[in-house]
Amino acid sequence: MVITRPSVDQIWVWLDNVPDPEIPVISLVDLGVIRDVAWVNDVLEVTVTPTYSGCPATSIINLDIETALRDHGVKYLKLKRQLSPAWTTEWLSERGRAKLEDYGIAPPRPAGGPERCPQCKSKNVQRVSQFGSTPCKAQWRCSDCLEPFDYFKCI
Amino acid sequence: MSSALFEYLLRLGDNTLILSHRVSEWCGLAPVLEEDIALANTALDLIGQTQMWLGLAGEVEGKGRDADALAFRRDVWGFRNLLLLERPNGDFGKTMMRQFLFDAFNVVNLGYLIKSSDPRIAAIAEKASKEAAYHLERSGDTVIGLGDGTEESHRRMQDALDELWPYVGEMFASDTVDAEMVAAGVAPDPQTLRKEWNEITVRYLTEATLTVPDGTFAHKGGKTGVQHTEHLGHLLTSMQWLQRAYPDASW
Ligand SMILES: [Zn+2]
Repeated sequence: MVITRPSVDQIWVWLDNVPDPEIPVISLVDLGVIRDVAWVNDVLEVTVTPTYSGCPATSIINLDIETALRDHGVKYLKLKRQLSPAWTTEWLSERGRAKLEDYGIAPPRPAGGPERCPQCKSKNVQRVSQFGSTPCKAQWRCSDCLEPFDYFKCI
Repeated sequence: MSSALFEYLLRLGDNTLILSHRVSEWCGLAPVLEEDIALANTALDLIGQTQMWLGLAGEVEGKGRDADALAFRRDVWGFRNLLLLERPNGDFGKTMMRQFLFDAFNVVNLGYLIKSSDPRIAAIAEKASKEAAYHLERSGDTVIGLGDGTEESHRRMQDALDELWPYVGEMFASDTVDAEMVAAGVAPDPQTLRKEWNEITVRYLTEATLTVPDGTFAHKGGKTGVQHTEHLGHLLTSMQWLQRAYPDASW
């Protein structure tokens, strides 16, 4: 029997089609939580890092990765958790950042706050709370269009 | 070494577990919605840190206990958290003052644990320290906002600081477990963390127009497990009842 192993590049493409469970406009690859994909003999090892240590989405992310790869015929799969180096919002892809803003979530910035309102693009914004609806977000408000919006926390 | 390491990891994990439970008691009750969400998220981060510390503790112990078993199947005397963290919440100001005092300690301590000779501890500390820094930013800002706020909020924050102060010293008390960790390069000596902690807290408390108490008396017995207060037992009855009434329940 010939065992065909899909290429690592192909696996990355498949993973790029798995949406983040809480912000489905970006993929797990955009989010930067997939740290490595490698074949060890006939076992595919996918290394995943958590965003926040207590984030309930972490187990869903693992389940979604497993489901997607099994659907593509990957039989032997091992998910490895990697804590170090710790996940940083710098690993969000450029494409992911643009998609976040389109979706109404201001992307993270090292300055510690959003550049502009994702709705009207005004720079006149203020923080409402350091925390938001999920561990990765904070609440901000636009002082021009008066809309509240989520800001992806920078860590 | 491995029994001291187990003990040391319990201290780290029990601190975040018990504080997390206390903070989660605010869920649905906080003064405003934003604070409610912030408290719940803080509790969630602390639970995540607990899973990592107690998970590693169970691994080191090697008796097949995982983080859940350690959290839900130990009795009061098995817990190794600081007495400060089992204190009842009191009002919102007192909850935030306790959070602030611990956040500052957590930030300083994790800063050293990142350099631990045990790579598993270093990796957890690296992850947790980012969250701890974020927590300190919020609790510190809240202490300033309420301390330098109205007459009433100022009074309540000074009362909170005065009440919690005798529980600060335990964070920096060293014993033989700590000595073993220091000798193995695993962890810093708690005594040596006080200076940095003082610098951080005094900076915030001064801006908050609060008076730093000068008392040096310290209640102890939590991190060694020798003497917890009666409050921990009450906390555990609510935190552990489900796993005790229905062992291994899942849904
Ligand atoms: Zn706007």
